[in-house]
Amino acid sequence: MLGLELSFIWAGIIAFAVLVYVILDGFDLGVGLLFPLTKDEKERNVMMNSVAPIWDGNETWLVLGGGGLFAVFPLAYAVVMPALYMPIILMLLGLVFRGVAFEYRWRTKRWKGTWDIAFFGGSLLASLCQGIALGALVQGIEVENRAYSGGWWDWLTPFSLLTGLAVTVGYAMLGATWLNMKLEGRIQAHMRRLAWPFGMATVGFMAAVSLWTPFLDSVYFERWFVFPAMAFSFVVPVLVALCVLGLFRGLQQHRDVQPFLCALSLFVLGFIGIGISFYPYIVPHELKIVDAAAPDSSLWFTLVGTMVLIPMILTYTAYAYWVFRGKIDPEEGYH
Amino acid sequence: MLDGYSAEILARVQFAFTISFHIIFPAFSIGLASFLAVLNARWLWTRDETFLILFNYWVKIFAIAFGMGVVSGIVMSYQFGTNWAVFSDKAGPVIGPLMAYEVLTAFFLEAGFLGIMLFGRERVGETLHMLATGMVAFGTLISATWILSVNSWMQTPAGFSMNELGQFIPEDWWQIVFNPSFPYRLTHMVLAAFLTTALVVGAVGALHLLRDRKDAPARRMFSMAMWMLVLVTPLQIAAGDFHGINTLEHQPAKVMAMEGHFDSHPDGAPLILFGLPNQAEKRVDYAVEIPKLSSLILKHDLNAPLAGLDTIPDEDEPPVAIVFFSFRVMVGLGLLMLGLGVWGLIARARGRLFDAPMLWRASMVMGPMGFVAVLAGWITTEVGRQPFTVYGLLRTSDSLSPVAAPAVAASLIAFIIVYFFVFGAGTYYILRLMNKPIKPVSDAPMTDEGPTRTAGTTPAAQVQEKHEDKGMT
Ligand code: HDD
Ligand code: HEM
Ligand code: HEM
Repeated sequence: MLGLELSFIWAGIIAFAVLVYVILDGFDLGVGLLFPLTKDEKERNVMMNSVAPIWDGNETWLVLGGGGLFAVFPLAYAVVMPALYMPIILMLLGLVFRGVAFEYRWRTKRWKGTWDIAFFGGSLLASLCQGIALGALVQGIEVENRAYSGGWWDWLTPFSLLTGLAVTVGYAMLGATWLNMKLEGRIQAHMRRLAWPFGMATVGFMAAVSLWTPFLDSVYFERWFVFPAMAFSFVVPVLVALCVLGLFRGLQQHRDVQPFLCALSLFVLGFIGIGISFYPYIVPHELKIVDAAAPDSSLWFTLVGTMVLIPMILTYTAYAYWVFRGKIDPEEGYH
Repeated sequence: MLDGYSAEILARVQFAFTISFHIIFPAFSIGLASFLAVLNARWLWTRDETFLILFNYWVKIFAIAFGMGVVSGIVMSYQFGTNWAVFSDKAGPVIGPLMAYEVLTAFFLEAGFLGIMLFGRERVGETLHMLATGMVAFGTLISATWILSVNSWMQTPAGFSMNELGQFIPEDWWQIVFNPSFPYRLTHMVLAAFLTTALVVGAVGALHLLRDRKDAPARRMFSMAMWMLVLVTPLQIAAGDFHGINTLEHQPAKVMAMEGHFDSHPDGAPLILFGLPNQAEKRVDYAVEIPKLSSLILKHDLNAPLAGLDTIPDEDEPPVAIVFFSFRVMVGLGLLMLGLGVWGLIARARGRLFDAPMLWRASMVMGPMGFVAVLAGWITTEVGRQPFTVYGLLRTSDSLSPVAAPAVAASLIAFIIVYFFVFGAGTYYILRLMNKPIKPVSDAPMTDEGPTRTAGTTPAAQVQEKHEDKGMT
């Protein structure tokens, strides 16, 4: 009994790590996506500087997501990674390119353009692959004998391409609202304008994915459209509508913070929506959370430290954000 | 291009390739982070500007190396699942939690304070900046501790039982973390990282001394590096000796391969200095050997018997030649480092440390050798563990992911192209930074500050940017 609860606590923690990753690295990947939309080098400098001190911390949540899965749901890790082999490897390569661009582009004049492209291209590849991986997971993967049993192209379907685009556009929205919050002047106005189409596209994609998902599988369908589950799962769409409203009104009224927070909330809600569909599975309809969990001794050992360390991490991460708070002053350039 | 190779060999090459690239950066940044913390502390303590100048000089190099370490490390954390799924399923309950702790205690710490270390001196003040710098250095050491515990457990597994699915089930976490080879491996690796950094710092100091022997920061870094070298190399050799004795106890086949002992020696085994191991014929061709020395080194007794690979079933033997040669490369370089350190000490005793062009040239030649020794050491360790991933218990051939060979081949090629391009460029930028003259802080607007401007004085970014336009190629 206790073991059962433990694995659910862990599912919650991993879900939390992935969510934090998505919203934090989401906006800094988004900054990369928006990079080619200004030609002005000074503007690109401030865009990059708005995330330079924090991107590494943001990405560490991805390592926690992967490492955590390895630690507490080794079976799920062992099944999902081979199934998503291609998108995962491509995502990693994308992250390599964009990660080094933060340093490299300041170290060269002749190749600055190359690293700008690497920053954009890496961000794009990583975003697309994350979305595709999500879609491939939602649509289901084949498992036999504790191992992935499908082919190495199974992940590529119209649905996974749709989720790939959805996540990418969503990250661009996060990036635009982040920059609207952190920057000033012409570039801020530019980003605020860009937030509109990306915001609308995100809402459109969310709707498309939400409408498609229930028809992938009858379990998803019952979750969303059959009473009594329906009553609960309908709260989510209502909240989504409120966030959308807040986002666009905020943009209209030239608010700094509100659009960003609403955009983040949209992602959180989307994530909760996926959670509702998945539960109690960790790999939809193949592996239940309980069955994929590591033995209790692993779960306990890791849990003790996690309970102490996560609050500490959140504290000093918040401190780091606080140190670099406020508008990026292009004149100051604390870079 | 890679048709005809099995998924197993491709996955092994891919893992070896990506981790070999990865280790290059931590080996450097573990040492450099501590060096920077020391420089910063001494600057705060003595207010001697050379320390601040050196800090500002090296922190930019650190930022690039660290960035490369991070991105190549993220790849590693997913490779277990993508390429070694069965291994992950079976060993995950034991090593997964250790890696999770690495993320929680080390990676977040480094990442959280890195921004402040690089960009925050003026924002948070000297004290907090010092704290952040210390935290980053501390984080790199914690990171090494956990990952080496993981690796050591795979070499000398302890504290577990097995369930009916063939999974390793943790029984005693203390025994798992402090498994028999861990203390030796940790010591040896951390010392290796310090040595690697000392060699690089020494080479850069030497380069600038060759150009201008009056250059104060160059003198200081060269002197610091030479002290480090002469103090740490003997420790490292001693640690290596203990490490080998420990390995003899727990992984005798690996030591047999390192020594090239195909045959058992009932009364005193020779030390084979050089030769060509011939695994098919089970002998070392053209061997140059010193009688009984191997028994003396490993057993501290000239006549102690030593078993050879003839006592190990063929299917459990590691590839001898690779282990044999890489071990010799490492040990040879270790002896050369010792030589350099002693040379530096003699020059210093004669008061000629800053009047020794030959010593400086030698230091420059030795600059990259720490990396070579680290890689050689790891190849000895890892290839010597073959054919197992968890020593004696889980075979490499049984650890594989169910991924088709073409997928592994395609990703391997992609990694090779991307890594050589990206890390080649990074290495070039680092070398270029090292080649630049070391500028005094007060000589304000630096030309290439970029995102890591950390000068204690506060030159306006405006001025900086203008200079950047002119100064860069
Ligand atoms: C600057 C780097 C460096 C230098 C100068 C040396 N080593 Fe080393 N060695 C390493 C860096 C290294 C390493 C990369 O850090 C390894 C790989 C795994 C490990 O724990 O350390 C290693 C492994 C390693 C092993 C394999 C242990 C095992 O896997 O079971 C042995 C026996 C030695 N070393 C012994 C020595 C000796 C006798 C040296 C004397 C000259 C020496 N090393 C110099
Ligand atoms: C960082 C320095 C390291 C280097 C340079 C290194 C090098 C290598 C090499 C050359 C191989 C290929 C051996 C062969 O297939 O013949 C290998 C395999 C492997 N290593 Fe390491 N290794 C390092 C550290 C680690 C660590 C820290 C871990 C575990 C946490 C690890 C786990 C593995 C695994 C799982 C394999 C694949 C299976 C195998 O071939 O044994 N290695 N490594
Ligand atoms: C298979 C083995 C390994 C894995 C999975 C791995 C994973 C990682 C990851 C994910 C990062 C990025 C952390 C961040 O986001 O800040 C990283 C960086 C780092 N790793 Fe590794 N690593 C491995 C082997 C090693 C070894 C053998 C060492 C040292 C002995 C090491 C020491 C470090 C250090 C000090 C960093 C900080 C970044 C840097 O210094 O460049 N790692 N590693």
